[in-house]
Amino acid sequence: MSILVNKNSKVIVQGFTGSEGTLHATQMIEYGTNLVGGVTPGKGGQTHLNKPVFNTVDAAVKATGANVSIIFVPPAFAAEAIMEAADAGIELIICITEGIPVQDMIYAKKYITDRGVRLIGPNCPGVITPGECKVGIMPGFIHNPGRIGVVSRSGTLTYETVDQITKIGLGQSTCVGIGGDPIIGSTHLDILKLFNEDPNTDAVVMIGEIGGNNEEIAAEWAKNHFKKPLVGFIAGQTAPPGRRMGHAGAIIAGGKGAAKDKMAVMQDCGITVVESPAEIGSTLARVLGVKV
Amino acid sequence: MKLHEYQAKAILKRYGIEVSEGVVSDNLEEIMEKSKNLYPSFTGNEIYVVKAQVHAGGRGKGGGVKIAKTYEELKTVASNILGMTLVTPQTGPKGVIVRKILVTPDAFYPGPSKPKEYYLSITLDRQISRDVIIASSEGGMDIEEVAQKYPEKIIKDHIDPVVGLRDFQARKIGYQLGFEGNLLKEFVNFLKKLYKAYQGADCSLVEINPMLKTSDDKIIALDAKMDIEDNALFRQKEYESWRDTSEDEPLEIEAREHGLNYIKLDGNVGCMVNGAGLAMATMDIIKLSGGEPANFLDVGGGANAKTVEAGFRIILKDPNVKAILINIFGGIVQCDRVANGVVEAYKNIGNIPVPIVVRLQGTNADKAAQIINQSGLNVVSAITLAEAAQKVKQVLS
Repeated sequence: MSILVNKNSKVIVQGFTGSEGTLHATQMIEYGTNLVGGVTPGKGGQTHLNKPVFNTVDAAVKATGANVSIIFVPPAFAAEAIMEAADAGIELIICITEGIPVQDMIYAKKYITDRGVRLIGPNCPGVITPGECKVGIMPGFIHNPGRIGVVSRSGTLTYETVDQITKIGLGQSTCVGIGGDPIIGSTHLDILKLFNEDPNTDAVVMIGEIGGNNEEIAAEWAKNHFKKPLVGFIAGQTAPPGRRMGHAGAIIAGGKGAAKDKMAVMQDCGITVVESPAEIGSTLARVLGVKV
Repeated sequence: MKLHEYQAKAILKRYGIEVSEGVVSDNLEEIMEKSKNLYPSFTGNEIYVVKAQVHAGGRGKGGGVKIAKTYEELKTVASNILGMTLVTPQTGPKGVIVRKILVTPDAFYPGPSKPKEYYLSITLDRQISRDVIIASSEGGMDIEEVAQKYPEKIIKDHIDPVVGLRDFQARKIGYQLGFEGNLLKEFVNFLKKLYKAYQGADCSLVEINPMLKTSDDKIIALDAKMDIEDNALFRQKEYESWRDTSEDEPLEIEAREHGLNYIKLDGNVGCMVNGAGLAMATMDIIKLSGGEPANFLDVGGGANAKTVEAGFRIILKDPNVKAILINIFGGIVQCDRVANGVVEAYKNIGNIPVPIVVRLQGTNADKAAQIINQSGLNVVSAITLAEAAQKVKQVLS
């Protein structure tokens, strides 16, 4: 067990034949992901990486029974790709694309919400259930199958966290990069709820950053509902207000979204908050009583 | 991307919105000449409003908005503001130099009714992924201030993306603001056009503060603030060409040209990182190690010798930098290639006068450590983040 993806997930790639799609599809196949095909309009009928290419997601789903899609489509067309996947009956859409205009995402978010489809991202590294299924761009080898859930807004900081967990001798049930944009499909809260119900997840590490109030909302809920140990970190304690720190969503605006406020709320809600990003693994070990 | 008031007003006008227009220039003589035409019959005794065109808000508080009661006085006021260093609550203590001013005629002219200022803005509500209209009958001050003093006077209404902004919704807001009759119709039109402009220009914010009800019952945008969303600039080419970088940090402009995401800060330890989240976390580590981050620098997913060299050069131009921490977690990026990039960049630049701590983890990290250690350069290599923090502490002391 795990959340979102496992060895039974049937995955297609939207933007399959492009350079990004090709690179990461190759690595996903190598990792053991059950990749059943891909979509590139105009290239239907061809074979790419020994997998069938379809013109539409609809055709891909009908032919392969795919239930998960990963999107590498350029920003101008990515919101459209999300809607196409939702329309075709894909249950889980993972959008890697960075730089999608917010106005496009407003429509895509509304469209998937109306259809009850789950979206991870955009602007995220994807999802991995170690040893079973990788639907993303993360380096597979740093992961280790295990019982710690990871949810994070960032890419490489997620890898850092995973690496620290692996190095204390533990492994991950599932790692979810929810993305750094102002509009994302799934929030920290959504993912915590899934981990809460997953019998194979014993504890969760939640990585947030400045901007918005996603982390606070998750913490307030966790206070009364989350049944497992929760360790948290917020990146951007030294970030100045009013400046966008790389991620479109990482900005302290109107006095809201500062790291210290987020950390205070998380602490009040019973989350073990780590001050130094170098101590995520060691803190988790301490909380779980694991000797390193 | 931030726009100036005069640019925002130009966009609003394209959408049929009444704005308080004027003349803009960076040249005093031109301002004086053109200002004569702002009133249909020029006598020299007209009232003018002079407004500094800078990106920061709170211009009035810093003395960047002034009234001149005569044409003669305009010359003094305009020459005082043009070229001044304007410090507002949003500029920081250093302030910004005013390079352009906007002069408008007085919109508070006498008439049958009393003029009144309102607040109106549209932005994204991240929490529910919809645009929200924020309005208040208390205009002319910061919305944060209104929220504090008169929280009951703030109206918030979300726009359903399926049907857009409807007449009933605009009417509802208008009645709540106290408009009736013809004025209500004016407001409904104003708000609908404003939403069209917001969408059409891919704004992340449009703020009219104040929106003025004039003494002859017209509704006009007396001020306008507009931010265009960076992700949408690829389809807003014309507005992108309006970008004014004169207020930007020169190092940030240079970084942008190299495809690097750099923000200058005031600390003493420079850093170069792949990924925004890890970059912020690295800044935090620097602080916890007793230093202060000198910058945010995300080299992105394509870190190579060229980007590393460009990053080095930009960091080294900041005279406050006493040490540099490079933190790369290799996923797609291969650490050995970054390590080679560091060595190559080091040799190209020649002498780097500050200690460098390099931490390369992930894909091919072992090979990378070997390259760094065998390079013979004054570079300290670290494996874990904790180790990197320790080494930063050492080189600072």
